[in-house]
Amino acid sequence: MSTTLPHRFGPYGGQYVPELLMPALTELEAAWIEASEDAAFQARLTSLLNDYVGRPSPLYLAERLSEVAGHPVYLKREDLNHTGAHKINNALGQALLAKRMGKTRIIAETGAGQHGVASATACALLDLECVVYMGTEDIRRQRPNVQRMELLGATVVGVDAGARTLKEAVSAAIRDWVTNVADTHYIIGSAVGPAPYPVIVRELQRIIGEEARAQVLEKAGRLPERVIACVGGGSNSIGIFIPFVDDADVQLIGVEAAGEGVETGRHGAPLTVAGRAGVLHGSYSAIMQDEDGQILEAHSISAGLDYPGSGPEHAWLRDQGRASYHAITDQQALDAFALTARLEGIIPALESSHAIAWTLANPDSAIDVVCLSGRGDKDLAEVLDKLGIAGPAS
Amino acid sequence: MSGVERIAAAFEAARSDGRGAALMPYLMSAYPDLDTSREIAQAYVDGGADLIELGIPFSDPLADGSVIHAAGVAALNAGAHVYESLQVARTVSDQVPVVVMCYANLVLARGLERFADMLVEVGASGLIVPDLPLEEAPAALAACDQRGLALVPLVAPATPDERLHQIGARARGFLYTVSVTGTTGERAVNDGALPGVLARARAHTDVPVAVGFGISTPEQAAAAMQAGADGVIIGSRLVRAVGEVAPADAPAQARALVEAFSGALVVPGRDS
Ligand SMILES: Cc1ncc(COP(=O)(O)O)c(C=O)c1O
Repeated sequence: MSTTLPHRFGPYGGQYVPELLMPALTELEAAWIEASEDAAFQARLTSLLNDYVGRPSPLYLAERLSEVAGHPVYLKREDLNHTGAHKINNALGQALLAKRMGKTRIIAETGAGQHGVASATACALLDLECVVYMGTEDIRRQRPNVQRMELLGATVVGVDAGARTLKEAVSAAIRDWVTNVADTHYIIGSAVGPAPYPVIVRELQRIIGEEARAQVLEKAGRLPERVIACVGGGSNSIGIFIPFVDDADVQLIGVEAAGEGVETGRHGAPLTVAGRAGVLHGSYSAIMQDEDGQILEAHSISAGLDYPGSGPEHAWLRDQGRASYHAITDQQALDAFALTARLEGIIPALESSHAIAWTLANPDSAIDVVCLSGRGDKDLAEVLDKLGIAGPAS
Repeated sequence: MSGVERIAAAFEAARSDGRGAALMPYLMSAYPDLDTSREIAQAYVDGGADLIELGIPFSDPLADGSVIHAAGVAALNAGAHVYESLQVARTVSDQVPVVVMCYANLVLARGLERFADMLVEVGASGLIVPDLPLEEAPAALAACDQRGLALVPLVAPATPDERLHQIGARARGFLYTVSVTGTTGERAVNDGALPGVLARARAHTDVPVAVGFGISTPEQAAAAMQAGADGVIIGSRLVRAVGEVAPADAPAQARALVEAFSGALVVPGRDS
């Protein structure tokens, strides 16, 4: 193996961070390369993924949903993982790495709360201190996950800046890291951030695609026509895409949040809109910004997609024409959420509902594999409210 | 004189003026509003600033603590734009060198060349980009070098020697040494490691070594000078002071503080 990881995907990526963090990024990269070559580390990770997380996650042919879609829809069931989303694949791997690096304190950001819960879980298991930054608006709309994190022993720090959502939570986590870099590892929750994070997160999430590829070959006897995943920062999507990248006939479809409609500006779809690229949270990629380069607030009903940035490898896959990116509105996602619950008895996360909505809205496929990145329990209060179904008073 | 030369001359002049280190107060442009920030810039000069660091408001300032972050956001909410914020440099740039502090995305959005041209237009002498480390800096360095502007790099206490050497060799104007591990913000105590950090920085560069982040009292400024700093940067303390009073009183407030810091940098026994 090489002694360094790629820092760029075409023009995207890089390390746009304060000098204070550079030694930590170098240390992280070296530790990751060492761990990748260490059979004992890999064996421990694999055994935890199998026995603790419950991998491999099933690939499920959703027959009733397929009827509505007009083509077979296979769901990659990351919602069945321990803690209820794909985020645990990354959090566990990075927590093990932090332990190996001798770090005693973990910080993480979270939007939907899934990455926060996954990090808090990994820290409980590995006996690490855990501090999770979360926008106060997300604390409001993802309340059950806040309670879970606290139960797991994590400290949840509310972030009141800006729109009080994921972007500000990432910024607060980075500021904490700048200050406490000696004993602290930052478990970033998506395939974003300065190098080497996008590569580390991709490698920890590629198991989704590796399993899905083998499973679809076995169940359907062929590769899918399309692989579809929602894109917040882009971790479940890059994880499921990468093992299919060399399969030229498989279309890779990333689904971003159109929010109230891409044309309204109130969305979270920088890859779809494809404006000027820029720097956010340490890397150069597709972002939402104004003329001056001030970062704009994103808008999505789904806290995990409510982010104005995107993973740099996605921007590169897009530019090369290898993957395409589309956006689904809040309303379409809500409809897919409700439909999936009724037809399949599966309550998907609002994030994942965007991917399901896209396959429903785009027929004419032989076979689709859709990443069901997480389950929707966390979203119940918000969705019941939006669907006009009275929930229990909260 | 080029920007690089003006900065060198300002450090020299501070010394021949009887001060052990040059004073470089930080100003958040367009805070609390554009006009007041121009007056504060002048008040800094009148209070004894040798150089001025002019911060351009940014939505996501990762290297800044709560005071400067909040000031930048307040300026943006009041409608600050990059172009107007840069114009504030004009108020004082024929009196002292102005070094613009601006996050990478604002520079890249405009385009390196165009941004550097704007710096020249407003009379700025240098540029600090806190999220543009060595690896990402070559193009910006070339654009600045072409125009005689100083691209000032930052180093931290934990920067390894090898890296410090590379950064020191590419430093223009001065080397910005971050005194503490953390974001900008006032801190109660001066780091006892400062003399070592400064000596290490000095060993790897030919330009003056300035120290910033955390210095919030005249005593701390004097201690930084005694620890070997050629320049002392005061940020959050001044930005906070400006925000604590009505805009009309902000310039006088700023001037009084800058005078106190300037006085603390006079070399003992050398009254003029
Ligand atoms: C269930 C679920 N899916 C998707 C996402 C979006 O993140 P990413 O694009 O990194 O997969 C999140 C983020 O919180 C999530 O919780």
